[in-house]
Order: sequence, then C-alpha cells, then structure tokens
Amino acid sequence: MKDHRGRPRVVVTGMGLVTALGRDLPSTWAGLMEGRSGIRPITRFNTTGMRSRIGGCVDFPGDVPGRPLTVAQRLVALGELALDEALAMAGLARPFPGPLSLGLPPTELEWPARADIMLHAQGTTNRDLAIASTAMPEVHRVQQVVEPVRHFAARYGTRGFPQAVTTACASGASAIQMAVEAIRRGETDCVLSGGCEASMTPETMIRFSLLQALSARNDPPETASRPFSLTRDGFIMGDGAAGLVLESMEHATARGATILGEILGVGERADTFHRTRSSPDGLAISGAVENALRDAGLSADAIGYINAHGTSTPENDKMEAMAMHLVFGETCPPISSTKSMLGHTLSAAGAIEAVICLLALRDQMLPPTINQTDTDMSLGVDVVPNVARPHGFSAALSNSFGFGGQNVCVVLGGR
Amino acid sequence: MKRVCITGVGLISSLGVGRQAHLLLGPAQRDEERFAPFPIHPLPALGMESVIPRREYRQMENFQRLGTYAAGLAIADADAAGLVSGMDLVVAAGGGERDWGLDEAIQAELLSIPAEGREAWLHQKLADGLRPTLFLAQLPNLLAGSISIVHNVAGSSRTLMGEEGAGAEALRVAAARIAAGTSEMVLVGGGVIAERWDVMLAFGAALHHGPWCPTAERDGLVMGSQAGFMVLESEDHARARQARILAVLRDVRVDAGPEEGRAERFAALAPPSGGLSVAPMRGLTVPGAEMLADAIGSGFEATFPVGVALAALRVEAGAPQIAVHGFGHGYGEFSALVEPCA
Repeated sequence: MKDHRGRPRVVVTGMGLVTALGRDLPSTWAGLMEGRSGIRPITRFNTTGMRSRIGGCVDFPGDVPGRPLTVAQRLVALGELALDEALAMAGLARPFPGPLSLGLPPTELEWPARADIMLHAQGTTNRDLAIASTAMPEVHRVQQVVEPVRHFAARYGTRGFPQAVTTACASGASAIQMAVEAIRRGETDCVLSGGCEASMTPETMIRFSLLQALSARNDPPETASRPFSLTRDGFIMGDGAAGLVLESMEHATARGATILGEILGVGERADTFHRTRSSPDGLAISGAVENALRDAGLSADAIGYINAHGTSTPENDKMEAMAMHLVFGETCPPISSTKSMLGHTLSAAGAIEAVICLLALRDQMLPPTINQTDTDMSLGVDVVPNVARPHGFSAALSNSFGFGGQNVCVVLGGR
Repeated sequence: MKRVCITGVGLISSLGVGRQAHLLLGPAQRDEERFAPFPIHPLPALGMESVIPRREYRQMENFQRLGTYAAGLAIADADAAGLVSGMDLVVAAGGGERDWGLDEAIQAELLSIPAEGREAWLHQKLADGLRPTLFLAQLPNLLAGSISIVHNVAGSSRTLMGEEGAGAEALRVAAARIAAGTSEMVLVGGGVIAERWDVMLAFGAALHHGPWCPTAERDGLVMGSQAGFMVLESEDHARARQARILAVLRDVRVDAGPEEGRAERFAALAPPSGGLSVAPMRGLTVPGAEMLADAIGSGFEATFPVGVALAALRVEAGAPQIAVHGFGHGYGEFSALVEPCA
C-alpha cells in the first residue's frame, strides 16, 4: 500500500479516451494497434490560404462549417466523453469523492462571437464592442476557460476548487502530477484527472504556423505527422481528451476496484534556456526523466517502453532522442510517438499518452510510430516503425515537454 | 506538518512598487477616462524595461513583465537569489493581451466583407498582421516560463487558470507542499494587467461600468493592474538559512460549487468579522472587513496572492493575526490566515 518512500501508492482504476481515432478508449486503442492515422482535412472552418489545413479533428453535430463549437464548448464535449468513460470503468458513482485536476488550454473570445457582438455595437472600435458586450453575458459564458472546469466540477460533483492546469504541451502530465501529489500528501483518496484539448481554431493555427511549428505537408494528410523521420517538418494539431481516475491503492483495494495500473513516479525540470527551445545540452529533459525515475524508485533499466513527446518537429525529436541517450545510454528502450496517428493534442497529450502507456502495459503491446519510410537513423532510437509490436515489460515512461521550458515525465506500471 | 513561513514578498499595484507603497495604503489611484465607461486602477510608470533584460522584455507581454518583476522582488526580499535552481514555482494566470490594434483594424472592415469570403479574408488578415512572437506572450504558463528564464527558477513549475479562485488554489497547493515537506521553497503568485481592451471585452458583463463607486455599492468588478508573489518555506528551512520570517501562513482554504451554495461555503471558511477582504464586489463579505479592492481594484488571478502578501507585510510590522478572505466574481470562495511567527 506504500511506495519506496513510505507514501501511498497511486493506482489507476478508470480510463477514458477521445481522439481522432475514436470516441472511446477501445476504438482509439484499436486504431493505434492497427497503425492507422486519424489526421484528415479540417472541414469545420475555411482553411483557404492557411499553411496547415489538416488536423486530428474530433467534430460534433454542433459543428456548422464556419460556425464551429467554441473551444470551451468542444472542451466540454470531449471532456464529458472521456471522464464519463473513466468514471464508469472505475465503477464510481457521482458525486465523485475527490477533487478535479485537468490539463486545459487557455481560451479567449473567438471571431464568430466577436462578429455577434459587432451586430449589437454602436461602432467597430474595441470600446464599442466592450460596451455592447456588457449586455451579452451568454457570449462570455461559452468562451471562458473557467466554464468547462465549472461544468465538469458540477457534472461529477467533485470536491474543492477544480484545477485547470496549464503548462502548455505538458499540461496533461502536470495535472496527473498534481493529482498524484495530492493523494500522496493524504489530502484526498482519489482525484478525477486527465486533460482536454480543442485549440484547433483558425487563429491558433495561424499563430502556431507563424512560429513555424506546424507541418505544411497537407497532402496526403495521413503522412504529415512523421516523428523521428528525416522529412519531419512540424506537428499536426489534434483534438482529444483523456480521463483518469486516480486513487490510493488502499482506497481502491478497500472498495474492491479493479486496478488497471499504477503511477509509479512523476518528475519535472524547468528549462531556463529559451521559451520554445530546449537547452542544447539536453540536461533539462534528461533531468526531468531522472527526477521521475528517482521518484518511482527505479533505475533506468527498469523502463521497457517510452511514449515520446515526439511532436514531429525537427527540434523536438532531435533533442528528445539526445536526452534519452543521456539517461539510457547508447541503447534506449523502444520509443514510439503516437502523435504520428493522433496529432499533437497539446494540453491533453500528457494525459492521453499516460493512458496509452497503461494500455500498452496491459496488452504487452507497443503502439507504433507510423510514416517511417525515412527514419532518421542518426537519432539512434528504435521507434517501433509502422507496426505494433508484442513486448514484455513492466514499466513505461511518458514524456511531455511544453513551451516555456516545461518538462514533465510520468513513470507508469502495469497492474 | 511543517509550519509554512512567508519569507519574501513582491508587490506591485496602482499604488506603486514594493514594501513602502503597500504597507500603508495611500489614496487610491484611478483612471476613469482612458477605458471609460470602465474605471480602472492603472499602473504607475515602472521602468520595467530596466529591470528585465532587453532581449527577454521584448518577447514578453505586460502581464508577464509585471509578474516577472514582482517575482524578482519576492526572491530578493527573501534573500533567496542563490537558491533559485531548486525553487518550485506555482503561478496563477489568465491569457495575455491580444494585438487589439490589429483586432480593431479587422473589425473596421469585417462586416463589410461579403459573407462567403469573410472567413478566408479574416484568416489572411490574421496571418499577415499577427506578430509571430505574440503567441508566446499570450500563453498563461509563459509567465512562469519567463520567471524561469529571467530569474533562473528551475524547480517544478505549474500554472493554474480559473480567475480569482485559481490564485487561491495556487497558494493552497504551494503551502500544502511546504507543510508536507515535499518542497523546500516555493515561489507563488500571479500578475494581471487591467489596461487592456481585450480583457474588458472578455469580461464586459462582469465589470462595473459608470462612475467609480466603492466595492460595497457595486455589483461589477473594477479592475486594477497588480502582481503579488511570495516566497514560502518551512520554518526549519528558513531558520537553517537564517532567513527573516515575515509571517506564518496557515489554513488556506478554497472551495467552489453551485451558485446557490455560495453564501454557505463562504461562511464556512471566512471569519465572523474583520480581516482583509479581496472581494471584487458586494456580496459575500464579513462585517468590518477592510476592502482591498477599494484601494487597488481587482486583479483576477493575482487578487488573493496580493492580499496575502500585503497581510504578511502588516504582520511583520506588528499586526496580530489577519484573515484574508474573498470570492471570485463568478466562481470560488477562499480564505487564509496570516499571523506572526511566535
């Protein structure tokens, strides 16, 4: 019931997934095992003239072309599916007997809503719009990031103040980390955790494109996300969500829950080098891995699989491979990037990929990195190219790195 | 559980920078013209460009600059510049400023563009007009990222969103980690800029508009630019390094839930009377509380850290226990006790 440091062991008793490959965990996992891509042309808004026109889209009936769901509305739709699934799997009824901690993106007033306000404004200045907006509270309600969190807290009856965690592309991992820490401190027996991502709006895609972060390889869409390949040229945005029910082993055992896996350790290291680039020595990334291993009480050779951050940007994949060699030596464990199939689900990625690691441990199967026709051999890593692979292992590492020098690693164990 | 000590504070508001400007709150500085009909409490001239390296300054937006400045003040106040490599960071932040000049230029034409071509036209305008580095300046977690880069704070780094309650939750988590002994030193706080049309557009329905009036007489909030950061550490850790202890922080409580239960939740965590209220508007206040927003306005995520940091200064100056309490304009209720280290 206690770990190597005498802390409560933290287990996973419920998991849910929504991705471009499926609306639930079984369909997403089946797609990953088949090496299928979920990347396709974006249809919910006009992509004419945009550098990147494809994504790991999860559309809903409310998505009218040109008038898609707002980010906050899609976060709610995605999050409900993933959290409902996780809660059902855990066999827990509402109200949920613990707090909520989710990785989420920031949101803002989007252009269709801005155009609505303009219809009620005296003129077109910001002042005119701001004055008009004072009479339109409903416009705000569907735009603010606090709304999805409020909604989830109310829907699941979670306790305390719901945490909307943002550490950019490490948010999902940070949310799990904060949940694990709360259980280890004895603050709570369980946490409803995970991450949701729905930032694929025209303006956000334009912003990422201006940073040269997105792939321009629009045709065919399925081949665009190609982590660790020689021709990788940027990431593909993806919608998605993951839910995880985390409990102390004692709590889970006492209520007779099925234990699906364990969070063995979490670790992070802030990089003080640059906003978007890793320190060239790789030490912030390797330091995060080493902190996670230390937290788990494991040596590097206990790790049998790494789910890479693996965004398919030239910079990330090079730095990540280099840092893994710093930790694991010349021969790293197999390391695959499921972003090759799902796209980069940003704030949800850390949570989605933690669930994927637990499924890989359950089935003793490694999901592949697809689109490996030109793997960059200089990186010196086994990327599990193109085809899922049977593999005997007992612990996995999930890497997440975000803008702002956020490096978070999670070590997961099987049941 | 270890006692949680506040050993450094960094405060910036419309009243100025640092300890002296906040120990005795001077007359409120307000601007009712520039963003009329929304009164605000604006920042004085700060000279932030001289305290943040130029290369970094240019890549940051004002809420990041302000927060980074205040975080540096807290680190210096705690005499902890040599301890930053292992210092943990918990920040509460919302999104950053848009390019509202560009927004306004687009708005001037948007409705005159034929509907069938409007989306493509808009996307082209954004692609041509947006500054590439602006995105990073807008991300909430890049306040923490900027603090890491400018001040070399390199322990753990987490950012919480969620308006006023997120600032309280950040403080609760930071204090809990110190109390549990899982962190030796945490830098915690937030920073917000009021002088922004985009935030007025985003929160318009929640804002007070019209002539300024005191918190007790209004149903909307009046924004004030502000940042508050604190260095927290255990009493053992502070004593071992012979740090000056300003105050002890305890009982940080944060709750949230349905609208109809707010009064009960607030009553369960607030004192029966007195203390320092960071309430943004009338409603859940206790009799005899001092209303901080009347002096410096409300600063969303920064509001509660600013109130607690200010209470720590007063406790250091001899005040007995101070209860700091408040609620979010839409969500969350919170309180904490700040008291002398006996």
